[in-house]
Amino acid sequence: MSMETPLHRVQGLGPAHSGTQHFWRQRITAVALIPLTVWFVISALAFVGAPGFAVDTFFQHPMNAALMGIFVVILLYHMVIGLQSVIDDYAHSDGWKIVLLLLSRAFAIVVGVASIIALLRIAIA
Amino acid sequence: MAENPRTARPLSPFVTIYRWQVTMAASITHRVTGVALSAGTVLLAWWLIAAASGPESYALFQKAAANPVGWVVLFGFVWSLMFHFLNGIRHLAWDLGYGFAVPTANRTGVLVYALSVLFAVGIFAWAFHHAGIVP
Repeated sequence: MSMETPLHRVQGLGPAHSGTQHFWRQRITAVALIPLTVWFVISALAFVGAPGFAVDTFFQHPMNAALMGIFVVILLYHMVIGLQSVIDDYAHSDGWKIVLLLLSRAFAIVVGVASIIALLRIAIA
Repeated sequence: MAENPRTARPLSPFVTIYRWQVTMAASITHRVTGVALSAGTVLLAWWLIAAASGPESYALFQKAAANPVGWVVLFGFVWSLMFHFLNGIRHLAWDLGYGFAVPTANRTGVLVYALSVLFAVGIFAWAFHHAGIVP
């Protein structure tokens, strides 16, 4: 016997009220991050020991600035989903869970906005 | 066995009771490296901000990176990235239905650990060579 109400079952969203959306988006972002990570690691290796203007020159190319912007946004989105699954597992009270979920999202927004503004300053300078 | 303090009923077996296997270790490591990489995004933002803020700021970032403490942090970051990247591909293969047999899962687990260390050491060797720290 199911304890679910018929409405809840037909909505198919389960106890987290979001269905399989996180599961699916985690996979989509993971697949997108495979080529982006390869691009980032290879690009970043060229900057070892190089002066700052080498980084600036690189990101003044629109394609590189665009790829880096996409990388940062998808990376942070993947991070938020991953951190939520950790918080959902280990935060046993709703209060703590809400606090940690808000903090993880605030962290992603701060890192994302700071990175994008820095990228724009380099690209437009 | 541990007792549930409120009801005096036994708890289900906890992680400490299981024999360690590479599949469970890789699963835990995937999560730990994911959290570590989350913290590591601050380094990524710092790098971009330093590059945007002029030569002095960038020199400060390089000074922080190019010393033993910086090397340890960066190695941790690079290895975490390599592990999470490779084990993420392993997870995606499972999502497509490949590699579920226990011997296969054990082998790919060991492979991910070995390759992640190899890639991280390789990247560092290349970087140290490129920066002139080692010939």
